Amino acid sequence: MATSPFFTDLDQIFIILRDWLVGFLPASWRPAACVVLEVIIIICVFPGLFALTTVFERKGLGRMQNRLGPNRVGPYGLFQPIADGIKALIKEDIVPFSANAVVHFLAPLSLVVAVFMEFAVLPMGRNMVLVDLDAGLLFFFSMSVSTELSVFMAGWSSRNKYSLLGAMRAVAQMISYEVVLLLSSVSVVMIAGSLSLSTIVAAQSSYSGIFPHWYIFTPWGLAGFVMYAIAATAETNRSPFDLPEGESELVAGYHTEYSGFKFALFFLGEYLAMFSISGLGTTLFLGGWSAPLSFLTFIPSWIWFFSKVMLSIFVFIWMRGTLPRLRQDQLMNFAWKFCLPYTLLNLIVTAFWHFMGEGWMRWVVCTAILAAIYVFMGRVEMRSEHFGPRRYRYAE
Amino acid sequence: MNVVFYLLAAITLAGGLAAVLLKHLVHCALATTVAFAGLALLFLQLDAQFAGFAQILVYIGAVAILIVFTILLTRGSELPKGGVFSRTWFVGLVIAAGVFAVLAWAVLESVRGIPQQTAVPAVTVHDIGNALVGRYVLPLEIVGLLLTAATIGAVIVAMHEKERRQ
Repeated sequence: MATSPFFTDLDQIFIILRDWLVGFLPASWRPAACVVLEVIIIICVFPGLFALTTVFERKGLGRMQNRLGPNRVGPYGLFQPIADGIKALIKEDIVPFSANAVVHFLAPLSLVVAVFMEFAVLPMGRNMVLVDLDAGLLFFFSMSVSTELSVFMAGWSSRNKYSLLGAMRAVAQMISYEVVLLLSSVSVVMIAGSLSLSTIVAAQSSYSGIFPHWYIFTPWGLAGFVMYAIAATAETNRSPFDLPEGESELVAGYHTEYSGFKFALFFLGEYLAMFSISGLGTTLFLGGWSAPLSFLTFIPSWIWFFSKVMLSIFVFIWMRGTLPRLRQDQLMNFAWKFCLPYTLLNLIVTAFWHFMGEGWMRWVVCTAILAAIYVFMGRVEMRSEHFGPRRYRYAE
Repeated sequence: MNVVFYLLAAITLAGGLAAVLLKHLVHCALATTVAFAGLALLFLQLDAQFAGFAQILVYIGAVAILIVFTILLTRGSELPKGGVFSRTWFVGLVIAAGVFAVLAWAVLESVRGIPQQTAVPAVTVHDIGNALVGRYVLPLEIVGLLLTAATIGAVIVAMHEKERRQ
């Protein structure tokens, strides 16, 4: 669909602005200046979004729990994140006497650095990607697994039993769900035939009629997306998978012994991980920056990307306000006995989809297989599961 | 051979040395991670994206975590009184030197075996995938079978105690 030059310019406004700014420099500096500028934008935009999300989350949770939420700083409490930021900056930085000072210091830094790196490969709009790596998806996952070690470093170096227990829980949980996260993305790679995130978005940005070719609108894509969403919630330690930070059991989990700005860094890292993993989910299954209906393509691509990310954030907050926390053994059983086999079988279904060719047959076959697996594994098999109080094998 | 290479090599070697020389086991494990990261960066410097990211994914994401878990679950994180250095360290040194010599010999020989290429080959992830399921499918299957056997073995080792109790 042809769009007017105004909307094309609006779509590319950040690229035009960047080129205009860089144009003041000598030609040999331009490529480096472009990269620096883009990095600065990423480092500014996402923490800004984080500040907005904290107040949005507290207001939203307040609404769900029938209370007001923050309402003292500024109109409707909107300036709360600024007050929180200043408080975190001027608070005393306490390091426990027996803590392992170097590791204790390095943990929040390495966490935030690794999480920021993830944004480098996310296409946030048409032509808006910092580095379009051939192995972009692999880069994203290799950065996201690096955060596990930071979490462990934080928990271990604090010399606090709550911190250590929280870190062990967090690492065990992240490792288990990492497998599901990776395997559910593999089905997208199988169909798109590329690990480059820009190519994956491009493969989804065509339309039949007014409806887009997003991968979520296929049987394997829907199953993969549900598994991806569950694993992403667990990866980011969000409720109902927030055992590593269960307030009633572990004070605050691995960051119990952090105060002041280091605590704020953990908080930032957690929310940035939410943004990046929502961004990846958007890119893989929800068509990235492409518009949901063909006649809406005139709206700039970056608006669509950020709308989809913020919608995912809203779902995260909604789940936090709605669902109770899981128990550790339920968490592990769910990951290894349901999510993992289901994702593996989804890979086989994806292969069917790929090799059956166009036509309605593959819709019927793939949907039937996935539904049958769900009914068998999730319903019939679960009946024989033992529910009730946990039985301990070693600690009776 | 440029500055970046020497910097990365220095980081990798420093990580490796620290892993051997530090007294605290968890510190050693973390220093190993630095060495892994240095290796990954060396791969990336050679334009081997797939190998580099797979190195981070597998070694930092899984192997390093496995090492620290093992240390913590076996109570090895407490510092023993007699120090952590083995008295037979020179045997280890001899074995390490032997392994290094064999590997170095193999690497130097392989340079002679391969015809000299003038241009750096452009290998995409796509090519690696095709090679893995095409030409190298048998080694891949063998590795898969080996890993399955190892997994089943681990499960059986873990199950053993439960069976004996009943």
